[in-house]
Amino acid sequence: MTVAIRARVFVTPKRGILDPQGKAVQQGLHALGFAEVGDVRVGRYVEMRLRDVTRDAATERVRAMCDRLLANKVIEDYRVEVDEEAR
Amino acid sequence: MRWGVVVFPGSNDDRDTLRVAERGLGDDAVALWHKDRDLRGCDAVVLPGGFSYGDYLRCGALARFSPIMDAVGAHARAGGVVIGICNGFQILCEAGLLPGALLANRSLKFVCEIVNVRVETTDTVFTYGCRQGEVLSVPIKHGEGCWVADETTLADIEAHNQVVFRYADRSGRVAPEVNPNGSLNNIAGVCNAGRNVVGMMPHPEHAAETLIGCDDGLKLFRSVQAWVGRGTRVPRREPTVVPGP
Repeated sequence: MTVAIRARVFVTPKRGILDPQGKAVQQGLHALGFAEVGDVRVGRYVEMRLRDVTRDAATERVRAMCDRLLANKVIEDYRVEVDEEAR
Repeated sequence: MRWGVVVFPGSNDDRDTLRVAERGLGDDAVALWHKDRDLRGCDAVVLPGGFSYGDYLRCGALARFSPIMDAVGAHARAGGVVIGICNGFQILCEAGLLPGALLANRSLKFVCEIVNVRVETTDTVFTYGCRQGEVLSVPIKHGEGCWVADETTLADIEAHNQVVFRYADRSGRVAPEVNPNGSLNNIAGVCNAGRNVVGMMPHPEHAAETLIGCDDGLKLFRSVQAWVGRGTRVPRREPTVVPGP
């Protein structure tokens, strides 16, 4: 059995940055009767599998990927989650 | 002079841009494939409009890693002329060659119309031949043209006159109701600190022949021609000195 790493990246609009998609989704939910919905932010989800790398190294590598490509730090924040999966 | 127009997979305004250079200006112009690694002696490079890489991930995010972009970056850093129009503007922002980023239009609608932009500075390669405050009529066609930046960046480019164009009415009045996409301070185009890299959302290459309605855009291309012909560079701005406490 080998252990693979699964990384999940959540990219979201930065606080204070206009998110017209989030606003439109919020209005849609209100129109459907979900009156309890407050602020909505729409982002992007990226999932990937990594091989031949430790969990700690994977976190560092994926953060580098975010800085260079997956997120634009002018307008977006990101969060990385890494876990091991048996297969 | 010689123009180079970069063709990315998904570019669609490259032919119009080449036509302006060749037939509008009578210059030499070549298409540069995105996998090329050199600029083939071009004086000015244009990143054209379109949907490079299908706008996947973010507009311009993938195009900035095309092999040609190393040479474009080097050309820009050496003071060479680099122009980004629409998707080209998005690519230059993603590449860090211009400040800010382009978001989805505030309306979430694709906009396609003729707008007016006011020339805010003539001290750039693309507006060198314009008059300060001149109003140009040019088309826009984009879904992600809302220019944004953090407060510090915005204050910095305003203070250093790096806003090149603002959306305005025909008389040159800048107001929220003539802002087609929600961009901060009605910004339609910006330049870098060296004033040799200019990006804009409107399309001057589609407004370069009276036969199709308007040739205001031709002035911008002629500006580059005049600036390159002059053989000297627009003076670079002095680095900002931040006063101590």
